Amino acid sequence: MTGTIVDGNVMAGMQEDGPRLRGSALTLSYDKRVVAEGLDVVIPDRSFTVIIGPNACGKSTLLRALARTLRPAAGSVLLDGRDISALPARKVARTLGLLPQTSVAPDGITVAELVGRGRYPHQRLLRQWSSDDERVVHASMEATGVADLAGRLVDELSGGQRQRVWIAMALAQETPLLLLDEPTTYLDIAHQIEVLDLCARLHEERGRTLVAVLHDLNHAARYATHLIAMRDGRVVAAGTPGEVMTADLVEEVFRLPCRVIDDPETGTPLVVPAARRRTATR
Amino acid sequence: MTAVGPMPVRRVAGGIPLRPRAVAVGAGCLLLALVFGVLAVGGGDYPMSPSDVVRTLLGGGAPADEFIVWELRLPRVVTALLVGAALALAGAVFQSLVRNPLGSPDLLGFTQGSAAGALLVVVTGGSSAALAGGAVLGGVVTGAVIYALAWRGGLHGHRLVLVGIGATAILTGVNGYLLTRGRLMEAARAMLWLTGSLDGRGWEDVLPLLAAMAVLAPVVLIGCARPLAMTEMGDDLARGLGVRVQGLRLTLVAAAVLLTSLAAAAAGPVSFVALTAPHLARRMTGAPGPNLLAATCTGAALLTGADLAAQRLFAGHQLPVGVVTGVLGGGYLVWLLAAQRKAGRI
Repeated sequence: MTGTIVDGNVMAGMQEDGPRLRGSALTLSYDKRVVAEGLDVVIPDRSFTVIIGPNACGKSTLLRALARTLRPAAGSVLLDGRDISALPARKVARTLGLLPQTSVAPDGITVAELVGRGRYPHQRLLRQWSSDDERVVHASMEATGVADLAGRLVDELSGGQRQRVWIAMALAQETPLLLLDEPTTYLDIAHQIEVLDLCARLHEERGRTLVAVLHDLNHAARYATHLIAMRDGRVVAAGTPGEVMTADLVEEVFRLPCRVIDDPETGTPLVVPAARRRTATR
Repeated sequence: MTAVGPMPVRRVAGGIPLRPRAVAVGAGCLLLALVFGVLAVGGGDYPMSPSDVVRTLLGGGAPADEFIVWELRLPRVVTALLVGAALALAGAVFQSLVRNPLGSPDLLGFTQGSAAGALLVVVTGGSSAALAGGAVLGGVVTGAVIYALAWRGGLHGHRLVLVGIGATAILTGVNGYLLTRGRLMEAARAMLWLTGSLDGRGWEDVLPLLAAMAVLAPVVLIGCARPLAMTEMGDDLARGLGVRVQGLRLTLVAAAVLLTSLAAAAAGPVSFVALTAPHLARRMTGAPGPNLLAATCTGAALLTGADLAAQRLFAGHQLPVGVVTGVLGGGYLVWLLAAQRKAGRI
């Protein structure tokens, strides 16, 4: 009997400060093609959550559903306990930001103008640009190290610079939750680390909740505070990188035999794929 | 490389962000359109000096001047202003919606729909008023059909282009057939209408378009311009910023189709204004985004200028305005392609 009461209290506690963003019994599909069914996910508050999984496992689809850009066929995404699809679009956009994988910078737009567009959900018809907007845009450019580029055309920037500008735009939206779909794709290794360091800093210093889809398992293990591993539209495991990133799990999720060792830099798990054939030792 | 180093994000007046050059382009084009208009009102068999025209417009002219200006010549100029503005606005909206610089209503089938409606009326021997009604109805029905066919879990630019090109091909065939069915006089009248002409336009031709512009221009220019600019960065990003993308598209398609159809009803399917005005505006402002206001003003200047040229270019012989816009627009497109090729972009 006592156990039940304790459970009850725990449940009550969960509800009070339960996670701001979660998906419950989600069925996600494009037209008729079902990508995921009965999916439950929880994004812990103030975490840097990284979603990993093989191609076509539904991780980007899940991210789109969490960001309200894809309406679930069944189930619901709950933001602060309320169905996200029932909330006003602008209100959601002031709480939850999304940086999709494919975003197009309009021709002839400057860095400052693009970052300024992140202020859209905060603006109204008759009050389109305030000193507040000005301040936030400058702060966002400072935080991502693109303030010196403010007057430059986005078309002229390198891939790494451009990605930092997009992140600055998402920051200017000033949302406590930020979702990033493969923010390091198409970047060379140095720029990947630069972008991930930036994300980690935003997470640590500003206390934002970050959710990112990443392909590189070692980056995921190093930067995430919470990992969600998916396969075939299901969540296979969720937890800290230390709990999730085991050789058995990587093999189950990616069908990749491997060893997991300690990252000599950080002590986080480091996935080393097994050699196809052991090469002769020197 | 145009700008260097840090600069203020935007200048602000009354809470509305401004790009000074865009404002200057809009104002300049509007002024140019008015000058063309005054010159057009002053021309013809009974010439008037620009100062006489302005005085008459302000209500201080001789009774004969009053009649000529207000009843004979002003309706034509106002039609040119409004048709140019409406076509350019619709063109800018469509180009932005389908994210394709060639996505003007002439190429997406809407104009052909208006033509089909008008031709149907001409062939069955209907009046001028019925012709205008046919043009509106044809355009609206075509717009609805194209929207329905292109809709698949939402409206997407590329599907709109593909369905629109198909509709254009079908309707061009239908229109050719309708022309062959008409008697010679009717066919000649239909051809003149198809070219686009402002000859002999009276207030009754202007009023429907004036009413539509009074309602739709603020809706599009004030209500939709900023969310439309957001969708140019991608649907997901726009949704993430809080734009209701599908509602916005439906509103904009409906407004642009109405404007195109009513412009066609007033002056016939005047070619190339919807395509070229937004391009010209974008080049002049150098600003990103749909540039709706600048495009609208550019279109007004373009058509009033083209109509002035159509009246004056050959002494004693007036051209239909569609011929002038066709030649100007086609020439501009060829020049644009050549310039882009030189710049190595195509």
